[in-house]
Amino acid sequence: MSLITTLARLEAVRTGRAQPAATVLHRHLSDHPLVLVPLTTAGEAGAPLGALVGTDRDAPHLLVVPQPRDRDLRFAFLAELADIVLPYVDGYAESVEAAERNETDPETGKRVKVEVELCADAPQLILPSRAGVDFVRLLGRSMRFRRTAEQDPETPYPAPPRVPLLGRWLTHFGERARVPGSSLLLAMTDVLGRHWSTGQSTLEDQHLGALLAWIDPPQGRSGADAALEAELARDAHGQLLHPPAGPATDPAFDNKLLAPALLRYDRARTALAAAEDGLEADDRLGALTAAEQEIRALVASRTRPTWDAVWRGIDLLRTLPEGAHAEERWTRDRWSFTSHRDRVVAGEPPQPRRDDAVTAANKLAAREREQARLEAQEALDDPLVMAGRRLAGEAFAGEVTDVVMTYSEGKRPSPRPLVTVRTDDRPHLGERAKGYRALGGKPQSAEFVGYEEEGALVVLKILDKMGRGKEPETGSVPEKGDRVCFTLFEHEQRGGAKLPDPEDTPWTHGGPPGEAVQETADPLTPEDVL
Amino acid sequence: MTTRTFDPGAEAARATDAILHDTLHGTHRGVVVDSPPGAGKSTLVVRAALELADAGRSLMVVAQTNAQVDDLVLRLAEKNPELPVGRLHSSDADPYDKALDALANVRKSAKAGDLTGLPVVISTAAKWGHVKVDEPWAHAIVDEAYQMRSDALLAVAGLFERALFVGDPGQLDPFAIVGSEQWAGLSYDPSASAVTTLLAHNPELPQHRLPVSWRLPASAAPLVSDAFYPYTPFRSGTDHGDRRLTFGVPSDGSGPDRVIDAAAESGWGLLELPARHTPRTDPEAVRAVATVVRRLLDRGGAATSERSPDPAPLTADRIAVGTAHRDQAAAVRAALADLGVMDVTVDTANRLQGREYDVTVVLHPLSGRPDATAFHLETGRLCVLASRHRHACVVVCRAGVSELLDDYPSTEPVQLGTLVKFPDGWEANHAVLARLAEHRVAWRP
Repeated sequence: MSLITTLARLEAVRTGRAQPAATVLHRHLSDHPLVLVPLTTAGEAGAPLGALVGTDRDAPHLLVVPQPRDRDLRFAFLAELADIVLPYVDGYAESVEAAERNETDPETGKRVKVEVELCADAPQLILPSRAGVDFVRLLGRSMRFRRTAEQDPETPYPAPPRVPLLGRWLTHFGERARVPGSSLLLAMTDVLGRHWSTGQSTLEDQHLGALLAWIDPPQGRSGADAALEAELARDAHGQLLHPPAGPATDPAFDNKLLAPALLRYDRARTALAAAEDGLEADDRLGALTAAEQEIRALVASRTRPTWDAVWRGIDLLRTLPEGAHAEERWTRDRWSFTSHRDRVVAGEPPQPRRDDAVTAANKLAAREREQARLEAQEALDDPLVMAGRRLAGEAFAGEVTDVVMTYSEGKRPSPRPLVTVRTDDRPHLGERAKGYRALGGKPQSAEFVGYEEEGALVVLKILDKMGRGKEPETGSVPEKGDRVCFTLFEHEQRGGAKLPDPEDTPWTHGGPPGEAVQETADPLTPEDVL
Repeated sequence: MTTRTFDPGAEAARATDAILHDTLHGTHRGVVVDSPPGAGKSTLVVRAALELADAGRSLMVVAQTNAQVDDLVLRLAEKNPELPVGRLHSSDADPYDKALDALANVRKSAKAGDLTGLPVVISTAAKWGHVKVDEPWAHAIVDEAYQMRSDALLAVAGLFERALFVGDPGQLDPFAIVGSEQWAGLSYDPSASAVTTLLAHNPELPQHRLPVSWRLPASAAPLVSDAFYPYTPFRSGTDHGDRRLTFGVPSDGSGPDRVIDAAAESGWGLLELPARHTPRTDPEAVRAVATVVRRLLDRGGAATSERSPDPAPLTADRIAVGTAHRDQAAAVRAALADLGVMDVTVDTANRLQGREYDVTVVLHPLSGRPDATAFHLETGRLCVLASRHRHACVVVCRAGVSELLDDYPSTEPVQLGTLVKFPDGWEANHAVLARLAEHRVAWRP
């Protein structure tokens, strides 16, 4: 934890309110996000209990699995989910703009510009918490290898038509969420935690109710009080007043309310199956419907508070203006969305269970680049974030007190002005350290020359972005009296090493992975069948 | 007195011969050499390079940092000034050590094409990753292979037919700045070390070990070996009494002077400050580190060792300060400047890897911390900091680290399919602390 975060958390404790950790919004927020609040069944990995989902905060769709261990009901739930999520995703697939991309020409091997489509906007999924994001990945993995009756008439338990496709999309969202700074799939607790520092630990910040209590406590109460209540307060029947954001449910709810309701549902179903005539069946169907309604009401009661909390979080985030570079990162999200759309359209197989060596290495390198880029961009977009970097000695700001013109040695002397900056910051400048400042959106680099007046003055030599002439272009060199901010970290990231194609994987990494095989869904176990 | 059944010179020579034999005449595509701190890894690399060049095999050498590359080029030129060597460098300003310009047989270029045909070409893994060739090199030497990431090896492995991998398994593992749990357990986990991936796919490759540390004194080798290399023990090349550290100016009785005397006597010294939770750049601890360095210089130290019969003066370039974080290193540098000390190396464990000094002063990674995170517990970090010295190591630390360790047992999740590393940082930290406690000087600045 950085020093400024520690200070902000201490201040939050003292004031009883979360303190801003950012002055702008560092993630893109869609105008029409799809919010998903899933619940899972205790002890049954990957068995959803229900969900609230939708784009309209006043009219969420309630989806419920009245018996989560029943495969058919689970499939019915997933099919319903697909009917809501896929049209939402497809809605962004059609509106495109023309864009250019660098590709390697297969014949000449040269890099050429290719006209391609780029989706004008992309869908955005918002989950309440990080555990919800993991659940999305789990659902994706459980669905994408399923086969529909159309794909394979022999498959023993065919999935409803659009379920495997939903699995592929959820997998894509889940995988993209691992890229730092991406916004296709967001966990509300993470985004809020990025923009506010509370007086509790980051682990406690994973509780959406407690986090909101710190950021926006009820009138006249301290955040600490309200957060404690959000976590612990129970009613006369021992039920939490603020149910957890899921997907896991509270054990008291499971034991006292859910288990008896499931039992009643099971009994009603058995009774219906045993009905001997139409009249009896009618009666028993009524009982079954009532039992199902009861479970629906239970699931609704446990998801609705979280649903409302997520939208409250969105409201809070919308009070912040979007950071300057957030749009650029969202464009990369749009590229990611577009390319997956193209893979689906081209009929490519679902994402494999495990990445091959080359794909894994490429992903890791890309994410590390994005992480470094995100850290730099957040600092450049936001003076409060930059203040944290300055406090950590990774940047400094101050007023230019002197500019002396010097020139580089060599045949064609280029300008190398010496700029003296008065600063109260204590940057960790080593011998000949590089510094960078943003100049018209591009980084201008400078070299540390020395200190004067015991560190109060920093002397830098500007190295580039001054044009080709002997005299620097106007505005390219700071002037006396200017406020400047130099960072010790680079603003832009270099591309990494070019990795071999997967079919050229070297012997050190096991050689080529061989032909891709059609992956199948997880094998059936006795526990899968009720 | 003591009968010496262990002849370090003969043991080391035997190991080296076996390695060179497998490298030059073996049938496997790779050879792996584990080398504990100061066991002559660089000497081995230089020797293997010369013999491979002699045998007419085109050779590329992969090191991890530019400093390591330049160091290797200089050592090669020292051993064989006639051998043409290519130094492939980046296109940044000042890409290589200026000392290379004085070497007639070293050709430097930012383009691999300019260096084709030279018997030996040396560069960093990052630079090699951008090189493309039609004809791969016959042989490669990968230096510091345990600090190289698996994905970096993936980028360069197509450039060579066979390779010798040399490194120290006890030092810092490579790291990624983003989570990589997704690939944990895969044989080619891109965030694992190059050697881990190599051996997972090629378990039949011959593995060798250098058995003797020439750097670590007899006082340090057993502790470092027990604490960090419990299953692959090594010995010190020198015996107790072979090295001595003396001071012309007697102790003034202060804490720093007493801990210096303790370290000169036993090889280890612990300067313990009162327990307290502090920010990372704990001003008192930083000042204590700087004071110890100042006194080391002021007291006219002299180091006697097997290298020369006459005592060598303990000068600033023979002392280093090691920290866990870069801001701590910066704070120590500032404190040293306040005391008028220049030219003492102050750096983090990552950057001190592979370096050697007479005396090191270490700011303990857990000093003053309220918690023990995986970063601070990492075995390799402590191992690097505790194994850079030829004579003595002084550790500056707040009291209470043992209790802190007991409060924070390792709780990292166990990933299926990954090799659990032994010893864990928790255990290694306790082992080192127990030994340091024997040479403890409590001091209230």
